[in-house]
Amino acid sequence: MTGVLNPAAPALDAPITIGGKSFHSRLFVGTGKYRSNAEMVAAIEASGAEVVTVAVRRVDLDRSKDAGILHHLDPARFFLLANTAGCYSADEAIRYARLAREAGFNEFVKLEVIGDRETLLPDVDGLLASARVLVKEGFQVLAYTNDDLITALRLEDAGCAAVMPLASPIGSGLGLLNPYSIRTIKRRLSVPVIVDAGVGTASDACLVMEQGVDGILMNTAIAEAADPVAMAHAMRLGTEAGRLAFLAGRMPRREVAVPSSPEHGKPA
Amino acid sequence: MMATELVLTVNGEQRRVPAPATAERLLNQLGLDPRGVVVEVNRRIVRRPELATTPLADGDAVELVHFVGGG
Repeated sequence: MTGVLNPAAPALDAPITIGGKSFHSRLFVGTGKYRSNAEMVAAIEASGAEVVTVAVRRVDLDRSKDAGILHHLDPARFFLLANTAGCYSADEAIRYARLAREAGFNEFVKLEVIGDRETLLPDVDGLLASARVLVKEGFQVLAYTNDDLITALRLEDAGCAAVMPLASPIGSGLGLLNPYSIRTIKRRLSVPVIVDAGVGTASDACLVMEQGVDGILMNTAIAEAADPVAMAHAMRLGTEAGRLAFLAGRMPRREVAVPSSPEHGKPA
Repeated sequence: MMATELVLTVNGEQRRVPAPATAERLLNQLGLDPRGVVVEVNRRIVRRPELATTPLADGDAVELVHFVGGG
């Protein structure tokens, strides 16, 4: 592929900086649920993402030749952001974060504490408690949370490097359910706001970025597309389009039409 | 008399390994590259430089983890 891989208008935007690290791409992507490692790598390349999330799990001792994901993703090229996905308590999330730091290459962790198996919505008490511990231990915590302003403010106060409110539940593809909440969180926080989870297609990514947030993280919308590589391109363009539209400043909404062509000077 | 082998719980499964055992020897026996694996013994992380000097005792619970795909 050519053309579309280049950022649409790089000079019009600044990098995003989280915990002292700067990234040009505002699209962060996950590595789960792909049909093959080759497809995952091709999709990540097409997305233009620099930040790529990974999970910590047991080595499969019966298939030790089936190597971990580091055999497919070059940690010198991608910034690997470990998550604590699947953790249901603060203690469990802290344990996973420590394991991830030992396995990884940086102090960054995408902190998830899940409170409910059906909706995978965050346990915000456990999230805040674990965030405070991990910040003290020197982690750069990116906290996956609800679209709730008060929790977002508390996470910022706790020292999180970024706050990651959901667009809708993980893997749901329902898109941005509450643009008002996301805008409010962005307006009130100083740390970067990265919308994480729930987008389904490129227009969702565009709409998310049009709210003015600093970035977006997604996995399922790309991995479960019929053609993940094509969807990764689309998500890249959608993310860039939304970001540039936000920076450009949209026209006001009106309840009446306003003609685009002059009303005067029409030949009689 | 020293036991000639000991029983560990490795990633939830019981495994017999020759005695004396260390974290590094266990990884070698399992054919795992220490650079790609994190070792936890009884819920304590063993840092890579300490793998060779960390003894394993009968009944120890060992977790071996690495990065996999995730969102």
